[in-house]
Amino acid sequence: MNSMNWFARLFGEKRDQRKADLERELQDHLDLEAEQHRQAGRPADEAQYAAQRALGNPLQVAEAAQEVWGWTWLDRLMQDLSFGFRILRRNPGFSLLAILCLTLGIGANAAVFSWIEGILFRPYPLVVDQDSLVAVTGTNRGTTDPDDVSWPDFLDFQKGTTLIDSWIADKITGSTLSIGDRAEYALGSVVSANYFDGLGVRPFLGRGFRPEEGVGRNAHPVVVISYKLWKNRFNGDPEILGKKQSFNSVPHTIIGVAPERFYGTFVGYAFDFWVPTSMQEKFDSTGYKLEDRDARWIEGFARLKPGVTLAQAQQEVSAVAKRLESDYPATNRGRGVKLFPLWQTPFNNAGNLLPTLGIALAVVFCVLLIACANVSNLLLVRAFARRHEMTVRLAVGAGRTRLLRQLLTEGMILSTLAAVGGLAVAWWFRNALVLLVPFRGVPMYLPGTMDWRVLLISVSVALISTVVFGLVPAIQTSKVDLAAALKAETGGVVGGRGKKRFRSSLVLVQVSLSFVLLVGAGLLLESMQRIRTSSPGFSTEHVLVTGVNLFAAGYDQQRARNFENELMDRLQALSGVESAAYGRIPPFSYAMYSSAPIKVSGYQPRADEQPSVEYNEVSPRYFSTLGIPLVSGREFARTDDETAPLVAIVNEAMAAQFWHGEDPVGKLLQVKDRSMRVVGVAKVAKYRSFMETPQPFFYVPLRQNFSTRIGLFLRTQQGIETMMPAVAGEVHALDPGLAASAMITMREEVDRSTSSQRIGVTMLGVCGVLALLLAAVGLYGVMSYVVSQSTRELGLRMALGASAGDVLRLVMSHGLALTTGGMVLGVTAALALTRQLGSLLFNVSPHDPLAFATALGVMTVAALVACFLPAWKATRTDPVRALRD
Amino acid sequence: MPTKTPSGRLELLQGTLDMIILRTLLLGRAHGHEIARHIQHTTDDLLQVEHGSLYPALHRLERRGWVTAKWEKAGDRNREFKYYRLTAAGRKQLLHEESKWRKLVGAMARLFGTAEEESS
Repeated sequence: MNSMNWFARLFGEKRDQRKADLERELQDHLDLEAEQHRQAGRPADEAQYAAQRALGNPLQVAEAAQEVWGWTWLDRLMQDLSFGFRILRRNPGFSLLAILCLTLGIGANAAVFSWIEGILFRPYPLVVDQDSLVAVTGTNRGTTDPDDVSWPDFLDFQKGTTLIDSWIADKITGSTLSIGDRAEYALGSVVSANYFDGLGVRPFLGRGFRPEEGVGRNAHPVVVISYKLWKNRFNGDPEILGKKQSFNSVPHTIIGVAPERFYGTFVGYAFDFWVPTSMQEKFDSTGYKLEDRDARWIEGFARLKPGVTLAQAQQEVSAVAKRLESDYPATNRGRGVKLFPLWQTPFNNAGNLLPTLGIALAVVFCVLLIACANVSNLLLVRAFARRHEMTVRLAVGAGRTRLLRQLLTEGMILSTLAAVGGLAVAWWFRNALVLLVPFRGVPMYLPGTMDWRVLLISVSVALISTVVFGLVPAIQTSKVDLAAALKAETGGVVGGRGKKRFRSSLVLVQVSLSFVLLVGAGLLLESMQRIRTSSPGFSTEHVLVTGVNLFAAGYDQQRARNFENELMDRLQALSGVESAAYGRIPPFSYAMYSSAPIKVSGYQPRADEQPSVEYNEVSPRYFSTLGIPLVSGREFARTDDETAPLVAIVNEAMAAQFWHGEDPVGKLLQVKDRSMRVVGVAKVAKYRSFMETPQPFFYVPLRQNFSTRIGLFLRTQQGIETMMPAVAGEVHALDPGLAASAMITMREEVDRSTSSQRIGVTMLGVCGVLALLLAAVGLYGVMSYVVSQSTRELGLRMALGASAGDVLRLVMSHGLALTTGGMVLGVTAALALTRQLGSLLFNVSPHDPLAFATALGVMTVAALVACFLPAWKATRTDPVRALRD
Repeated sequence: MPTKTPSGRLELLQGTLDMIILRTLLLGRAHGHEIARHIQHTTDDLLQVEHGSLYPALHRLERRGWVTAKWEKAGDRNREFKYYRLTAAGRKQLLHEESKWRKLVGAMARLFGTAEEESS
């Protein structure tokens, strides 16, 4: 083989030299011996012959002498390899099918490995020693939802812990960047000053933040920008350092450019800029929080000191949290901090993707098993076809181990080619995950990582699967019984032999595994369908969503109020608009609702608990625009403004929990330090995703809880194409420098939250179909083999009067018996396994009969098709020829 | 190198061939054919050594460092042969083997002592 020439050359030269030497030496011997015989008076040809007889077989002598030098294992390997290649090339159909099966199996696994590595285990390129990095979230006794951490708490944890090297604060933010004549939204992060040092990331240009830049309210407008931003928007300006760029209307001095592959510490997005915590107020429309222990906004990381375990660190952190609880009971009662390994990070997108990726891993592993079973089957079929070759080789004295090694070498060639192909497939698909996640205004960034760990695991999987699945056929083949092989071997359709049992069990496994995948795909499809048709508690039709960010445009409160009033008047007057409303946070978006501790007279929380409830700031007509029914009381009115008494609308779940089911309209609700009167009760809706359970929630008037960054909702029969320009025109008329964000329908907004289901359904769907195909190929292979091996029996049956229909039925029933067995196994396995889909299933039981029935139907049809061809071939058996052969 | 023998000839024990070769080389350098001839002569054709088995043995000894091999001119004609010589390690090995062999022969002699006296 060409590819092996260099190898042969490297190791072969010395060997060739030795071989030539040996040949000469043996020739000398023959010459001298013959000479001696001639001198003794024998004729020349006789002398020559005698010399040869005395020496023995020169080839064997040469081989034995060469073997002494230990080069022959290499020779043999080369021989095996080139022989293996020749054999594989001689059966291109077989080889391609086997390699294709394995490539798919290995490729799918490697791709998922690369996702898991790049998204869960080592998600942040260039960040050093990610194994010692842990995610930090706040906890609140009484709920399991993770919370963020306040800045004063964060500093206290930093001071109070000795087992942690650095506490790194991180909060996603964004800003519209106008550079030259282009304005674009860029994602960034508010980070603690130790961010770059703590992560071990050295800026490509300039520096990271200095400790003093992290403190002092709005005192340090400095920024580190991403390499991409530097290249694309600043044209790679080498003089960039020290230049100013406006972020949220504040000119920031660019002090550094991050290295090319660093994209921040937020799974799912590539960030473009980082500002220090001192600038928090300028990047958070909900106010200044650096001195507020009750304002929880930080998603952080901690780097453990070398040798410190997560449990040890957690213990120390919990002790500090306990102290803070007693020092600041008003804000910290029931509050703690929990550390997570990176792959369990509950915030950013790691948390969403963890269960999905876990399922993906199980699914591709099933596909690999099925693919391996197929290859094993193919090898077996071929092994039986090569019985003659093997018999001859054994008969002329080849050792069984040598045969075994030859067959394993062939398996290795297959799996090596497949591993290369699989890794190529994985390389193409490493960034494919992002295609399954809907666009959220900013491109998602979910790269797979193909590092040495992924390569190592993938290659190991490939090799192990070859050894396991290649060894059985190899042993079967080398076990050829010489005596038996001399007799004609024929099998029967009816009487099963031992060798066939192995192949049949492979088919059983294939059928049952692909059945499980089909059931899973069916369940997820049904779940998607339920999600599509079920109501989240607000209208998904005829509602359009957009938003304006007056905060980033630098509006002060008064200017923003005027703008919002005027814009609302103009929108209500637009033709086609039935109603319009503002809400600070659109439902189902990633942005966090406000949350506050609440008190209700008559409701006694547990001593160590501090109930806190999420709420949204909304304008009048919010409920009618979104179609959320009120069960009691009224909507907010224009008169519920900053001068009027504070009011709130609670949802039914909140009424049930805090007022024990009594109508709370007219009652008082204490929100942090403000007392509000309840004026209405709304039906429970879904606030973040379809999966959530009904939870307490309330609404406050936007005018009494002002925000300069708002979502805008329109109820209209018109489509985006007419409303988008109309709204843009109104915004532009009020302020030419302002633009509304891209308009989407409420349906799209809701669909965004189902990305996990979408990934799950795609993975299971694609893999399920793949598995079905592979299993059908496996079944077809076994049935074809059975038929080809039982021509004689079939011929006999036909000669004795069996009709084509009888033969067809005989073969088909054998194939269907196998399938049925596989499906029985599959049903059992699926009943046990589909519960794992729990987090992705919406209103669908993991044992949903429809999904099971559908999978049964699909599997049966596939089996019928796979068995029909061999069965039909069986009916074409010519009895005369079959019996004569 | 065990070989099938016609009656009257002795089958070589495992490892014996190595010793015979080393012993032969004690007399000085020799090429393969000389060694074969020497063995035949000195044992009066009693030991059946297939010539072919000589070469793997020679190469094995060379690999172990007990002999060295070199292409050299023959004394009596103008032609190069591959000559083997004993090394110091080979000499030591031979002594070692020889004492082992003598012990074995002594033990066997004592064991078969009576029978041999009777037959002779």
